[in-house]
Amino acid sequence: MVLDAPMKDQTHPLLSVRDLKVHFFMDEGVVRAVDGVSFDVYPGRVFGIVGESGCGKTVAMKAILRIVEPPGRIVSGEILLRRPRAASGGGGGDTVRDLATLDPSGHAMRSIRGGEIALIPQEPMAAFSPVHSVGNQIIEAIRLHQAVDEREARRLAVQLTREVGIPAPEQRLDDYSWQLSGGLRQRAIIAMALSCNPRLLIADEPTTAVDVTTQAQVLRLLRRLQRERHTAIIFITHDLGVIAQMADDVMVMYLGLVMEQGPVDSIFHAPKHPYTQALLRSIPSIQSTPRVSLPSITGSLPHPFNRPRGCPFHPRCPHFMPGTCDRQAPPLREVAGGQLVSCFLYEPAGGQA
Amino acid sequence: MSVPARAAGSRPAPDPAGPLLEVKYLRKHFPIQHGFARRVVGQIRAVDDISFSIREGETLGLVGESGCGKTTAARCILGAHAPTSGEILFRTAEGQVVDLAGLSPQRRRPLRRQIQMIFQDPYGSLNPRMPIFDIVGEPLLVNSMKDRRQRVERVAELLRLVGLRPEFMQRFPHAFSGGQRQRIGIARALALHPRLVVADEPVSALDVSVQAQILNLMLDLQQKLHLTYLFIGHNLSVVKHICDRVAVMYVGKIVETGTTEQLYKAPRHPYTAALLAAVPVPDPRQRAGAVELRGEVPSPANPPSGCYFHPRCPHAVDLCRTQAPVLRELSPGRFVSCHRAEELVLPGVA
Repeated sequence: MVLDAPMKDQTHPLLSVRDLKVHFFMDEGVVRAVDGVSFDVYPGRVFGIVGESGCGKTVAMKAILRIVEPPGRIVSGEILLRRPRAASGGGGGDTVRDLATLDPSGHAMRSIRGGEIALIPQEPMAAFSPVHSVGNQIIEAIRLHQAVDEREARRLAVQLTREVGIPAPEQRLDDYSWQLSGGLRQRAIIAMALSCNPRLLIADEPTTAVDVTTQAQVLRLLRRLQRERHTAIIFITHDLGVIAQMADDVMVMYLGLVMEQGPVDSIFHAPKHPYTQALLRSIPSIQSTPRVSLPSITGSLPHPFNRPRGCPFHPRCPHFMPGTCDRQAPPLREVAGGQLVSCFLYEPAGGQA
Repeated sequence: MSVPARAAGSRPAPDPAGPLLEVKYLRKHFPIQHGFARRVVGQIRAVDDISFSIREGETLGLVGESGCGKTTAARCILGAHAPTSGEILFRTAEGQVVDLAGLSPQRRRPLRRQIQMIFQDPYGSLNPRMPIFDIVGEPLLVNSMKDRRQRVERVAELLRLVGLRPEFMQRFPHAFSGGQRQRIGIARALALHPRLVVADEPVSALDVSVQAQILNLMLDLQQKLHLTYLFIGHNLSVVKHICDRVAVMYVGKIVETGTTEQLYKAPRHPYTAALLAAVPVPDPRQRAGAVELRGEVPSPANPPSGCYFHPRCPHAVDLCRTQAPVLRELSPGRFVSCHRAEELVLPGVA
């Protein structure tokens, strides 16, 4: 489906997700992994999604790439990707395409996945095939999306691997993934993700599996590439430190719902939602005093099958209002410049702090 | 190795008879074998001549990146690996000092109950086919608490101690969340009144909102039961939160030790400084500066010449390339292995 809405303005989002719902229909019941999520990703900016396990951050990413596996299904919502007309085969101007309506294994989606939208996965060891050389896999990706011959593809691959800081790229390309160290492997996967000049890069916990000094290198590399290429990045992580270092805009998720969303500075310096506040207070910081008890969040994450009614955070919330928070889910509303919160504390009428 | 004074604000240090555990020149090398005849072609120096000590009632943090030998060192202390050389001196409940490194399994057995372990993965470390009562009660059973009623009572007490409801003891691990499972693992470790608890990355597999609960619990229990912890970690924020003293490891060697405050505020080894600088600060107004460690951790099978850190060190001079520095005491309790420790002024964190 092509919505013919030509847009020229540079401030238009590259990707707009509108009320996305991804549910998993299991024998035991329905898991509403992503349950009504909306956000915009702008060119040249890093959009951070932060949340704990089971919050739906990875499922949201999979929905954008249309790789949600059964019994999961996109139930409703739109995933609008803005593309220059050239990419979609037309003349000037831009078109908007709803990825949610495309056939996941159709030609259109396959040309977008890995081409216009690329993924940096969490586990580079699992992402590379161990029986093909790293170079062959990068070359394959290039040749799938670009009309170049083997020789040219290899030249591009060498150039890319050099750009991501792999020493002696000509030799490294012929190595297998298990011959590379963790840091080099992560760089190689970044090179592969960049091979088709994506306009949107999805990084799913790209540094969770690597050491802290390697993490610093990878984050710095991503920032540099993003500056040079003006790529939009969706950065998914559970590490608030990494989000603070990388993101321009942040979305905080909890059990499939958006708790809070806004510019990174507001989220860290003026968090509004009790969950964001509690999360920020409870993480041990390298700048905190040793051996002082941390304010922790009581309870544990509920199982996805029995998400609490109303606001999912209410059983653990210090500001829980009986009769309100456990009845219905609060809507997401704007409380400050660009900062959205879903909490009854900020309801204009009937809410008391 | 002597022990430093405690950081201000921490608990008193009861230490009349010397450290609870003293590790001296510990080495653990793994042979690299090749071919049909399993010919030994090299050695992986996983732990290469490390020394440290832990006083009763304190927490020592052993930090470093993956492959630095921190877990191997812990395994040697627990007796899971036989050390290649060195001494592991443990002061038993009876006040004797025993070298665990040279002990036969039979002689070691009565000591095992005094050293217990908290594991990293709360999903992998609990048997899914055993109810909580059996998991926590098994150490009691094998240590001759044969009366079931007595065991039920003790397990209930342990579960309450770690913040779980004793009614749950007939349930199986799958009914519990990650944080609760880690509490069960802690209850099991405490069942036999251990004196030293080795915690290998006990919170790194947990969700952020649950980590703080477990860390607080560990601090609490330490005070209540007068426990001594050897805390192994890679997350410097977590380590700072729980440890009195910290030892930093790099490629099988300890490069720096000191009290947590000293080490974080004013690191004396360039590697420690680089590790601290690499930790992402959860504040967008403090984005990482220009310092970045280049390259990667070398292999312990083929370490560089001289100081193992020199290829990555921004302060390396010719001496560092040729001569390996020794761990020396800069000030009481402060050990650094760097040729230039005195002259370098390195940035720390507040």
